Amino acid sequence: MSDGANGGGAPQTRAGVGARGRGGGERSMVPREKPRSYYGRPVVKPPVWTWEIPLYFFTGGTGGASAALAYAAERAGNRRLARSAWKVAFAGISASPPLLVSDLGKPRRFFNMMRVFKPTSPMSVGSWILLANGAAIVPAAAYGVLGRFGAIGRPAQAASAAVGLPLATYTAVLVANSAVPVWSEARWELPLSFAGSAAASAGAAATVLTPPEHAAPARRLAIGGALIETAATEVMHRRLGDLGSPYGEGTAGRFAKAAKGLTVGGAALLGASTNRSRAGAVAGAAMLISGSLCERWAVFRAGVQSAGDPSATIGPQRERLGRD
Amino acid sequence: MTATVIPTPGAESYGPEPEPRVGFFTDTSVCIGCKACEVACKEWNDVPEEIEGFTGSSYDNSVALGANRWRHVAFIEQRVEVGGVSDSAPDSFVAEAARQQLVDQGLEPHSGDDGFRWLMSSDVCKHCSEAACLDVCPTGAIFRTEYETVVVQEDVCNGCGYCVVACPFGVLDQRRDDGRVWKCTLCYDRLRDDMEPACAQACPTDSIQFGPLDELRERADRRLERLHERGHGEARLYGRDTGDGVGGFGAFFLLLDEPEAYGLPPDPVATTRKLKRNWAAAGIGAVALAAGIAGSFLGERG
Repeated sequence: MSDGANGGGAPQTRAGVGARGRGGGERSMVPREKPRSYYGRPVVKPPVWTWEIPLYFFTGGTGGASAALAYAAERAGNRRLARSAWKVAFAGISASPPLLVSDLGKPRRFFNMMRVFKPTSPMSVGSWILLANGAAIVPAAAYGVLGRFGAIGRPAQAASAAVGLPLATYTAVLVANSAVPVWSEARWELPLSFAGSAAASAGAAATVLTPPEHAAPARRLAIGGALIETAATEVMHRRLGDLGSPYGEGTAGRFAKAAKGLTVGGAALLGASTNRSRAGAVAGAAMLISGSLCERWAVFRAGVQSAGDPSATIGPQRERLGRD
Repeated sequence: MTATVIPTPGAESYGPEPEPRVGFFTDTSVCIGCKACEVACKEWNDVPEEIEGFTGSSYDNSVALGANRWRHVAFIEQRVEVGGVSDSAPDSFVAEAARQQLVDQGLEPHSGDDGFRWLMSSDVCKHCSEAACLDVCPTGAIFRTEYETVVVQEDVCNGCGYCVVACPFGVLDQRRDDGRVWKCTLCYDRLRDDMEPACAQACPTDSIQFGPLDELRERADRRLERLHERGHGEARLYGRDTGDGVGGFGAFFLLLDEPEAYGLPPDPVATTRKLKRNWAAAGIGAVALAAGIAGSFLGERG
C-alpha cells in the first residue's frame, strides 16, 4: 500500500506547515503529520531553468547596484571610485544577456521577449529593464572610464543608475511571483535580501579595484549590504517556518550555509582590515562576492526542492481552508 | 469594378457571433481508468511518447501531466479494515454501525468484505479563468482563445519556462529536446471545426464531458445532488466555484475524495493576485538600495 492509498475517504491529516508565531527556530516535540498526496509526487513543477539563471541574478544584481554606486561616486566627486564601479557595472550588465540567451537554448528565441511589454509578467518587465540597462551602460561606462562621449554619457549615467536599482531587485519578484511555496511565501524578504546581496557584491568588487584611500564608501556599502542580506535572509528563514526547510537541507542548505558564513566572515574581515591590510580587504571582498553568489544559488535550489515536495504545496493550502 | 471586401483579421478569426465559453466536466465517479483519453489526446495532437517505466503506483505508469502528456489518469487504491463486515443481513448493531460508516465514506461493502474502492480520475489543464501561465508569459505565446480556453502558440513560445513555475497545478512543462512548453489546447483545432476534443470523444463512459461551461456546471450540480442523495457524501465538485483562487476552472471535476489524494492542490491561487505586493516589496528593496548607496557617501563630500 502506497502513500496515495491511505484508508478510505476519511481525511488523514491536517498538516500545520509554517511555524509562524511559535517562537522561531524551536522544533515541536510532536512530529507534524504529513499532508496527504498522490504517491508523494509533487503538485507543482520544479523550475526548468539552468545554471545561467541564478548566475544572472548575481551578475544583474551586481551590475545594477554598481551603476548606482558609480553614479553616486560621480556626484560625490570620487572619480577614482566611480571609474571602478562603472567597470564592474559594465561587466555585470554585459554578461547578463548572454546568460539569458544561453538558458533559452536557441539564441533567436530571445527576440520573442521583445514582441510585447506585459506588466503582468515580471519576466517581460525584467527583459525591458535589462534592455534599458544595456542601452544606458555602454555610453555611461564609456564616459565614466574613458572620458569619451560626454554629451550622451552624462545623461546615460543618471539613466544607468535609475534602471540599475530595479535590475538588482526585480529578480526577487520574478521568483516570488510563482507557485513555488518557498519563493512565493517569501515575497517581502526576497527583494531586500537580493538588494543587500547586490550592494555587498557591488561594494566588494569596487573595493578590490579602488585604492584604499578612495574606497571607503564602497567598503561601507559592502559591509552594510552584507548585514542587510544576512538579516533579511534570517528573517525569511524564520518566517517561512517549515516551508523554509529546503534552506536547511540538501544543496540549497549547503549554499545557504556557505552564503551566511562567507557574507558574515567577509564583512568582518573587510571591516577589520580598513586601511591596514590590502590583502585582508581583498580577501574579505572576495568572500562577500562569493557569499552573494551562494545566496542566489541557495534561493534557486531551495525553489527546486520546495516545488518537489508536495506537502509544501498542499500543507499551507489545507491550513488556509481549515482557517476559513 | 467591384470593391473587394477584406474582412478585418479580428472578425475573421473570431467570427461574427461570440463563441460561448467551453470546457470539460470530468466526472470521476464514472471513470473506469481505460486511458482512452490519454491515447486519443496523444494520437490527435501528435504528442511524443515518453516512457516512464514501471512505477508500482497502482495502474499509473504515466505519472503526471507534462509537455508530453496532456491527459493523465490517476489510480488510487483505497482499502480499510472492516472486520468481516458484509452487506448481508447484519448480525449485530456493531456490525451494522460499521457497515453504515463505510457507506457514509463512500465504500461499497458489496465489493467484497475488504472495504476496497478504486478511484480513477483523468486530469487535464484547468483552463483557469485567471490563468497565471498566461499572465506571466513574457512573449504573448500563451493566449486566451475565442472559446476562453488557454492555448500556447508553439511558434511564439521561446522556452523561457516561467509558466512552468507559475502554474499552481504543475500542468505545463518544457519538452526536453525542443525547449518549448506544451500543454492541452482543449483541441483548439477541433473546436474550430465544431468537433469535440479528442479525449471527450473517446471517453466510453462520458466521464469526460465537453460543452459550454454554463451547461456543464448545471449538469455537474445535478450529478452532485444525485450522488449525495444516494449517500455518497464524499462526492464534491472541484473547480466549479468561480469564487476560488483562480476564478473557477474551465475544466472542472467531480471528485470522490479530497483533491490532494489525486495530486491536485486543495486551494490553488493564481500567483498574479499578489503581483502588486511583490512589486511593492521590490520597490522597497530598490529604495533601500538607493538609500544605502547614498548613505555610504555621507561625510565624503567636500
